[in-house]
Amino acid sequence: MTVETSSKLEILRRIREANHTSSGEEAARNGWKAVPRNYKRARVHQKEVMLDLLEDRLQEYDATVIRSGRDHIAHHVALRLEERRKNRLVIPAGISAGWLPAGFEFVLDDGLTFKELDALDGVLTGSALAIAETGTIVLQNLDGQGRRAISLVPDYHLCLVCTEDVVETVPEAMRWLQHTATLATTFISGPSATADIEMTRIKGVHGPRTLDVILYA
Amino acid sequence: MSGTALDPKTAPAFPIAARAAMKDSQLQRNVHHATQVIQTKRARVVAEMADWQELREAGEHIRRHTMEHLDFYLQEFEVNCARAGGIVHWATDAEEARQIVVGLVKASGSDEVIKIKSMTTEEIALNQALESEDIHPFETDLAELIIQLGRDQPSHIVVPALHKNRKQIKEIFQREMHLADLGDRPEDLADAARSFLREKFLHVRTGVSGANFLIAETGGVCVVESEGNGRMCLTLPETLITIAGIDKILPRFEDLEVMLQLLPRSATGERMNPYNSVWTGVHAGDGPQTFHVVLLDNGRTGILADWESRQTLHCIRCAACQNACPVYRQTGGHAYGSVYAGPIGAILTPQLQEMHYAQSLPYASSLCGACYEVCPVKINIPEVLIHLRQKVVEQNAAQVSSSFDIEALGMKAMAVTFRNERRFRAAQRMGRAAAKLLPRKDGWITWLPGMLGGWTQMRDLEEMPQETFRDWWQKREKDDR
Repeated sequence: MTVETSSKLEILRRIREANHTSSGEEAARNGWKAVPRNYKRARVHQKEVMLDLLEDRLQEYDATVIRSGRDHIAHHVALRLEERRKNRLVIPAGISAGWLPAGFEFVLDDGLTFKELDALDGVLTGSALAIAETGTIVLQNLDGQGRRAISLVPDYHLCLVCTEDVVETVPEAMRWLQHTATLATTFISGPSATADIEMTRIKGVHGPRTLDVILYA
Repeated sequence: MSGTALDPKTAPAFPIAARAAMKDSQLQRNVHHATQVIQTKRARVVAEMADWQELREAGEHIRRHTMEHLDFYLQEFEVNCARAGGIVHWATDAEEARQIVVGLVKASGSDEVIKIKSMTTEEIALNQALESEDIHPFETDLAELIIQLGRDQPSHIVVPALHKNRKQIKEIFQREMHLADLGDRPEDLADAARSFLREKFLHVRTGVSGANFLIAETGGVCVVESEGNGRMCLTLPETLITIAGIDKILPRFEDLEVMLQLLPRSATGERMNPYNSVWTGVHAGDGPQTFHVVLLDNGRTGILADWESRQTLHCIRCAACQNACPVYRQTGGHAYGSVYAGPIGAILTPQLQEMHYAQSLPYASSLCGACYEVCPVKINIPEVLIHLRQKVVEQNAAQVSSSFDIEALGMKAMAVTFRNERRFRAAQRMGRAAAKLLPRKDGWITWLPGMLGGWTQMRDLEEMPQETFRDWWQKREKDDR
């Protein structure tokens, strides 16, 4: 809904007066194209080096990273959950059944209440992509990733990243995300943290305090 | 519950407030320590970016371009946000913004709101407005919670409680959360905040946020944070109200590729902060089903109209200039009498007040240029400071009373003297003669009379030489012949 209020007109009038002109679509588009973009916009490393970089950067944020072949995902999921002593995890729709080991309870998110999410041990999701240089995983409201609350309220997040979905730089990631730019999107770089006390980054405030990543080929 | 807001209209002038801050050695230690840590971290992650200068260059151009087409981009944002189910409001000033937000909170049927840290809501003193209507705002950012529970004021743009150390924070939490056994490790304090706020996150139906970026192309909003409190406030309530300055616009989604590299490294010295959220209007079955954006002017178009200082609006609120500033690092943030402290505050605050208040802030700088060097979007803060000093002088000169102003008279006399060589030489001779009468210590002058005393208040002046450079030069020429 857009409303033509007098305040809107007044603010636009002030801007045009300040700029001595009113802008239009063509002028804006042409001006935008003239912005110099001489920064790094493509990958420079070999794929293996890039994956190592992602692993290093995630570990530096206190995330645990496990490498796995496609056929051993369920096995590694089981190992992580045993080590973390997690039994009941929420999963979004679209998670491959082959990823889920026996012996644990996976609760499909069909609109669980926040209280119900809070009572679960953790969440298992896939991911849209990962950025090696910054150690970032991107989640969108898509199959296998789900709505934002499920990767937020539970205290433990086990996230699966496919090596095919790893890019090196932030610009590559934004280009990748462009066609789904209007979906609810979350960039996650390590577990919840704060530096508000004496500027020291410490793990764990309101989001999941533990982040495990399985990087599979 | 919250204390009196930092208000440039009523705050003491910077030199007075700074003197008080300089006496608080605990405050100085805390500010020194925190800014030192953050500067070291920043330097490390900036140094590993071979293309940092190219990113700054792009950042500067994107911001300048946005300001040149601000009317177009704001309307584009409004159309796209509305198409996605958001409702856009426009507020010319703080009062209008407060009225809109209070009205929207009431309409949401809630008498509590959960809040993400937002300097814009601090700027318009939103919490006081909510409280006066019996609506309780809960600050959920750890630093803002410390400020709110301690009835304190923010002293830094990114880390508002940077002036408090862990022991002081522990005392506040013990008292306000009734936790007798609380430890003072940062982990203990973070855990206390987690338990204290969890119930609120799960139950409060209305959230209030600021915004880091508004994306014109998509109508999306981006919030950058660390703790997950932001994600809680953006995701769990039924109604979300976002307040953003009109300067927060970015033309396209793709422009985030520049800002999301510049901002985290400059702000907290991290390659990327733990969480960035981007959402566009209302997403069915995911997050708030009612979403409002309030676009705030509150003096920003006035800054836009001043071509020499409009670059102030390019600021992305990283606070790198605060951490780098030798003045801020001595005084901390409160001395600036505004929620925007440090170098960016010294240029932003007086302009948001149409230069009527906070006139001492453009002088709260040694013009060393450290702020310019670290600014991720290359705002030339020293240049703007000098421009604003000139405006302060002009504005004061325009007032009738200033015809009798001693400083203005002195400056006029100096201009007359400097314009004529004979007069200039005579003045130099007189100055040397007068200087002989001044009290000295080992060749240093320690006291100057009247207005000149400002110089010797904090430092000594070297004794004047017997011969001026001009005399020496002339003598040298004669000798050569």
